[in-house]
Amino acid sequence: MNVTQLFLPGAHAAAATSSTTGGTGNEVIFWICAVIAVAGALGLVLSRRAVHSALWIAMTMISLAVLYVAQQGIFVGIVQVVVYTGAIMMLFLFVLMIVGVDASDSLVETIKGQRWIAIVGSLGLGGLLVFGVADAFVQPPVGLTAANAAHGSNPRGIAIELFSNWVLVFEVTSALLITSAVGAMVLAHRERIFPKLSQRLQSQARVQSGRANQLPVPGVYARHNAVDTPAIRPDGTLAPSSVPAALQARGISRGLDTGDIDEVASGMAGAPSVVARGTGIESTSELTDATDGNDGEVQS
Amino acid sequence: MTSNAYLVLAAILFTIGGAGVLLRRNAIVAFLSVELMLNASNLAFITAAHQWGTLTGQVVAFFVMVVAAAEVVVGLAIIVTVFRTRRSASVDESSLLRW
Amino acid sequence: MTAMLAHAANVSQTVPATGGFTLMWLLPALPALGAAVLLLSGRYSEKWGHWFAVFMAFASFGVGTYLFFDMLGKPSDGRSFTQHIYTWISSGTFHVDFAFRLDQLSMTFVLLVTGVGSLIHLYSVGYMAHDERRKRFFAYINLFVAAMLLLVLADNYLLLYVGWEGVGLASYLLVGFWQERPAAGVAAKKAFVVNRVGDFGLSLAIMLMFVTFGTVSFSGIDAGASHASNNAVTGIGLLLLLAACGKSAQVPLQSWILDAMEGPTPVSALIHAATMVTAGVYLIVRSNALFTLSGTARDFVIAVGIITLLFGAAIGLAKDDIKKALAGSTMSQIGYMILGAGLGPSGYAFAIFMLLMHGFYKATMFLGAGSVMHGMNDELDMRRFGGLYKFMKITSLGFIAGYLAIIGIPPFDGFFSKDKIIEVAFGQSWFVGIAAMFGAMLTAFYMTRMVAMTFFGEARWKDDAHPHESPAVMTVPIAILGVLSLVAGALLSINSAFVNWLTPVVGFSEPHLPVSSTAISITNVVLVVLTAVWAWFQYARRPVPVIAPDHVTPFTVAARNNLYGDTFNEATFMRPGQYLTRSLVWFDNRVIDGAVNGSAAIVGGSSGRLRRWQSGYVRSYALSIVVGTALVVAALLLVRI
Repeated sequence: MNVTQLFLPGAHAAAATSSTTGGTGNEVIFWICAVIAVAGALGLVLSRRAVHSALWIAMTMISLAVLYVAQQGIFVGIVQVVVYTGAIMMLFLFVLMIVGVDASDSLVETIKGQRWIAIVGSLGLGGLLVFGVADAFVQPPVGLTAANAAHGSNPRGIAIELFSNWVLVFEVTSALLITSAVGAMVLAHRERIFPKLSQRLQSQARVQSGRANQLPVPGVYARHNAVDTPAIRPDGTLAPSSVPAALQARGISRGLDTGDIDEVASGMAGAPSVVARGTGIESTSELTDATDGNDGEVQS
Repeated sequence: MTSNAYLVLAAILFTIGGAGVLLRRNAIVAFLSVELMLNASNLAFITAAHQWGTLTGQVVAFFVMVVAAAEVVVGLAIIVTVFRTRRSASVDESSLLRW
Repeated sequence: MTAMLAHAANVSQTVPATGGFTLMWLLPALPALGAAVLLLSGRYSEKWGHWFAVFMAFASFGVGTYLFFDMLGKPSDGRSFTQHIYTWISSGTFHVDFAFRLDQLSMTFVLLVTGVGSLIHLYSVGYMAHDERRKRFFAYINLFVAAMLLLVLADNYLLLYVGWEGVGLASYLLVGFWQERPAAGVAAKKAFVVNRVGDFGLSLAIMLMFVTFGTVSFSGIDAGASHASNNAVTGIGLLLLLAACGKSAQVPLQSWILDAMEGPTPVSALIHAATMVTAGVYLIVRSNALFTLSGTARDFVIAVGIITLLFGAAIGLAKDDIKKALAGSTMSQIGYMILGAGLGPSGYAFAIFMLLMHGFYKATMFLGAGSVMHGMNDELDMRRFGGLYKFMKITSLGFIAGYLAIIGIPPFDGFFSKDKIIEVAFGQSWFVGIAAMFGAMLTAFYMTRMVAMTFFGEARWKDDAHPHESPAVMTVPIAILGVLSLVAGALLSINSAFVNWLTPVVGFSEPHLPVSSTAISITNVVLVVLTAVWAWFQYARRPVPVIAPDHVTPFTVAARNNLYGDTFNEATFMRPGQYLTRSLVWFDNRVIDGAVNGSAAIVGGSSGRLRRWQSGYVRSYALSIVVGTALVVAALLLVRI
C-alpha cells in the first residue's frame, strides 16, 4: 500500500465508481460525521470542566449513531442513542452533579513525564493501529441489504440472530446486568447512623424545637424557583433554611436580587406594607430571631 | 468507498480515548474516555458487519453496549463511594498500591 | 641379562586341597576369631583376653606346623594346594574367588608369621603388662596376624589386596596405639598415607592384569604371562614395584618407617621388621612369572634395591635413637631382599631365604631393644646406655646373636643368606655387586656402633636408671629367636635344602659370576670384620659424648635428617598440595560462592530498582499498558511485513 492510502483512505475509495450502499451520499455523511466525532473526542480530552467533556462525548455518540444507521445498522443506531447517549450519559451527568458540576482539573501534571510519554505513546499506538487497519478490507463491502431483508427488517433479523445463535450469551449478559445493578445498590448504600424517626417522633421534635410548621419551600417568591435561591420572608429578609443543607454546606445558595423586589414594590405603590398586613407583628426582627436557628434539623 | 475509512476513524477515536485515560485526572472524565474507546470498537464491529454482510457484527456491538452499561453502573457507584470518603474525584488520590 | 632357566617354575600343578590341607582356612581364621572376640567382648575379657590372643597365635602356628609336615610328606612337585571358600565376585567376565593357596612359598611365610608372631605375642604380655589398654593391643596384633596370613595365603591378587590393606590398617592402629601422644597419631597417619601411594600402584596393577589376562588369579597369570605383550608385563611389574616400595619402605616411599617407631616395640618387631614390610618382597617373588619376563622391570627393582640399601645404611649410621637406627637397618636389609628379587630366577629363592633369616635376627634385636628400654625407664637414646651387658645378660646375648647374624659372620644366618645375594649381585654387574658389598660394610659399621654404645663401654646412664633384666615372658622369646638367628641359616642351607624347597614355585638358575663365589664370600667376610673392628674401637674404646656433637660433616647432618627424605616430600608434595587446596578454597569462596551470591545480589539490586515502577498511580500504570500495547502491535505488524 502506498503513502496516500495510508493518510487518505478515502483517496483510494474515491476512485471506485460505486458501492453497493449508496456511493457519494454515504461518503458525504461519513466525512461530516467523522469530523464531528473526532472533534467531539478531542473536546472530551481537552475540556477543563468535566460537564463539558460529558457533553462533547454525547455529541460524538450521536454522530456515531448516524454512522451506524448509514451502514444499515438501524437497530443498533437507535439503541446507541437511546441507551448509550440517553441512559448512560445521563448516569454520568447525575454522578457529575454529586461530585460537583464546577469540578475542573488543574493543568499542572503531577506525575513526572506522564504527559509527553502519554502523547508520544498514544500517537505511536494510534499510528500503528491506523497503519494496521488502513488496508484491512480489500473487497467492496457486501452490505446488509440482503441480510436485513432476509427476515423482513433489521430489528427482526437481529432478534432472530440474538435469540438463536447468541441466546447463551444473552442469558449470561442478563445475569451480568442484574449483578451490576445489585452491586451498585450495595456500593451506594449508606448505613443509617441514627435511627429513622417515626412521624410521631418527628412531630415531637418539631414542637420541642419551637417551630411547629414546615420549613419554607425555597424560592417561593414568584420570580425564582431554583433550589439554591432562598425564600423571602414577609419582611423581606432571606430564609437560609429554605435552601437544602447540602447546598448550604457548599455555600452555593444565592443571594437575593433586590432589583426584583423593588420592581414589584414599586408596582404596588400605595399598598400597605406587606409586612404589617394582618400578622400583628411589629417588626421583622422578631420573626427573624424566632425562626432562624433551626437550620440544622434536616433529614437527608 | 471501502469500509477502511470507518476502521481508520475507529482507530483514531480509540487512540484519542486512550490518550484521555492517560492525561485526565478527573475520574469521571477518565471513565468517559473509556466509554469513547468502547464506542470506537463498536464502530469497528458495525463496519465489519456491513463489510461481510452478516448481522453478527451488529449483535456483538449490541452486547458491547449492554456490557458497557453494566460496567458504567458499577464504575460510577465505585466513584461515588470513593468520592464520599475522600471528597476528591482525582484518580491520583488513590495511590497506595505501590512499592 | 637373564641366565638360562635351569629349573622352570612349576605353574600348573596346583590341586585342590585334600586331607589335612582342608584345614588351611584355620590359619587366618583363628587369629581373626581372636581379634573379633577381644574387640567385641568389651569388659568381660579384660582378665583373660591377652592369653586368649596368645593362644590363638600359637594355635595357628600349630596348624601351620602340622600342615608343614604334611607338605613335607608330599613329592616336591605336588605341594601346591588351593581351597575354594566361596565365589566372591562373578560379574560378566570378571571372576574372583575367595580362595586360599598353600604352596611352598606361602608355607614359608605362614611359619614365619605365626612362629615369630606367637613369640612376639608372648613377649607383649610382659612388655604391655602395665598398659591399661593391653587387651586392645592384643586384639590388634591378632588382627594383624590374620590379615598377614590372608595376604600370603590368597590365591589371587584381589584377595591379596584385601590382606594388604588389612595389614596397613593394623599398622595404623598399632603405630598410633598410644593415642594420647600426638606424635603417635601423626606417625600412624603418615604410615597410612604413604602406604596409600603404594596401594594405588597395586590397584592399578590389578586392573592392568585384568585387562591383559582377563583374570587376577596367580595360576591364571602364571599361565598367561608368556603370551602377554612385553609392555603390559613391564607396566604391571613397575606398578607392583611401586606397591612393594610403599609397603616395604623402599625409596621413594621410605619416609614412614622411621616415624612408625612411635608404636610399641613389639609392634616394631613384628610389623616393621619381620613380617609386614616383607610383604613387598613376597609380592614381587609371587609375581616371578612377570618379572622373569621383563628385564626392564627387573632393572628398576635392582635400582630401587641398591638405592635403598645404601640409603637405609646411611640413616642408620647417624641415628642415636636405638629404634630409629634399627628402622634404618630394616630399610637397608629389605633393600637387599628387593635387590635379590630383582636379580631374577637366580635371586628369588635367596631373597626369600634372607627374608626368613632377617625375620629371626631383626625380631631378636627389636625385642632386645624393647627389653633394654624396659629396663632403662623407656630411654631411647643410645648415648644414655653403655655397659649394660653386666645387667641384662640374656638380652645382651640375644642382641649380640642377632648382631652377628646381620653382619654376615659365618656360620650364622646372615652369611648364608645376605652373602648369597651379594654373590648373585656380582652376577648381574660389577657395580651392583660392589654397591652391595659396600652396603654390607656399612651394615657392619652401624650395627657394631649400636652394640658398642648400648652394651659395652662406660655407663652413661641418667640418674634414675636402674637397669635390670626383663621378666622371663620377655627374655624367653629373645632367647629362642637368638638361637634361631645363629643356627637356622646353617641348618637350612644343608644341601641347599631351602632353595630346593622353593624352586618349584620360583624357579632357580645359576648366576654367571665373574669371579668364584668363594672369593666373593671371603672378601665380604674380611671387609666386614675389618669394618666391625674399626667401629668397635671408635665406640667401645673411646668415650662416647652424651650430647650429640654439633661439629659434624654435612653427611652426618644429612643422615640425621633422614637424608632429607621428609624435606623432599614436603617440598614436592605437601606444600604444592596445601597451595592447591588453599587456592581451591579461594576459588570456591570467590568464584562459586561469588557467582551464587552475586546472582542473588544482582536479582536483589535489580528488583530494588525495578520496584520503583510501581508508583501507585493508575495513570502511569495505564501508560505502561499503552506503551506495551504499542510494542505488541508493532511486533504483529512487523511480522506481517
